[in-house]
Amino acid sequence: MDMRSPLSRVRGLGSSNDGIHHWWVQRLTGIALVPLVLWFVFYGVALASADLATVKAWVGSHYNPALLILLIVCLFHHGQLGLQVVIEDYVHTESTKVALLILVKLSAVLLGACSAFAVLRLTFGG
Amino acid sequence: MVELTLPANSRPTEGKSFPAEAGASNVKTFKVYRYDPDSGDNPRIDSFEVDLDKCGPMVLDALIKIKNEVDSTLTFRRSCREGVCGSCAFNIDGANTLACTKPISEISGDVKIYPLPHMPVIKDLVPDLNGPYAQYRAIEPWLQADTPAPNRERLQSRDDRAKLDGLWECILCFCCQTSCPSYWWNGDRYMGPAILLQAYRWIADSRDEATGKRLDSLNDGFRLFRCHTIMNCTNTCPKSLNPGQAIGKIKEAVFQRL
Repeated sequence: MDMRSPLSRVRGLGSSNDGIHHWWVQRLTGIALVPLVLWFVFYGVALASADLATVKAWVGSHYNPALLILLIVCLFHHGQLGLQVVIEDYVHTESTKVALLILVKLSAVLLGACSAFAVLRLTFGG
Repeated sequence: MVELTLPANSRPTEGKSFPAEAGASNVKTFKVYRYDPDSGDNPRIDSFEVDLDKCGPMVLDALIKIKNEVDSTLTFRRSCREGVCGSCAFNIDGANTLACTKPISEISGDVKIYPLPHMPVIKDLVPDLNGPYAQYRAIEPWLQADTPAPNRERLQSRDDRAKLDGLWECILCFCCQTSCPSYWWNGDRYMGPAILLQAYRWIADSRDEATGKRLDSLNDGFRLFRCHTIMNCTNTCPKSLNPGQAIGKIKEAVFQRL
């Protein structure tokens, strides 16, 4: 039985003094994703039925590799920040919550690294 | 994991029916949530038929009439009957509002009256509000200043005073607080819209000298940033205030310090 006062429960462990950073980066990556996703979808549709050589040529041309990697970084960073909030909202068993957070964050890094590697490989040969 | 099932004994059953007196022509049915923790029974929904020709215009008038004339065990909070005290906040016709300012005529069909959602129920329509009251205490809702108090009022320009409009009117009825899904899921750590509106009332006060300390205490992934701008709070406020906007302004203030 919890015999702590309501005020003690509300104050809990105190303020983390960190909430704005998560909020700001989520919005920053969200804003960046608007043009990046539009750009990617536009060319993705155009290249949907193209052969490998055409796609390779497109990926490697102009600033496309940089933009693609920027898209990948923003996408996976934004995605894991959002999923973190969903998990914190709905998962209240501490062990499950921490396990899911680790899974989501490491998966985002892994998938992002693989995607970036794919862009580099398409650009620089292999 | 997510608690999708209700706790034991919380599913309401059909309760008693109280028909209107003979000869009544203008009858409306009030379906009222009843719960008596001492009985050990599940909550039940009682039906009261009320003759509107012999009843005041507001939902609270009907509740008082039922308590006076039909079932004196019906338990609810009420005091001022004019939307100033914030006692008679219930979930009426599916939305949180004050029974004293909600006209019966605005409700089509049966009038369903439940306690404020997702709070522990003490009895019938009376929720346990100790949590929100402690959260209110936690934001230290009083003027804090290191400058010695003057011998007269603390002066404030008209423009600065105007910044408190839309904030001071809050009567702490907790309609917004208990309408917020984020508060339902994380009410132990998220302050909730009513408390954040009150916090902003002091952050926005030009006479207060503790703004930085107040923002420090709120800059937290749960206390403030669990607000996902769902806006149920603003939709449901019986005083037409905008807690959603007040929360946005606190976020803005924290952002300005980056």
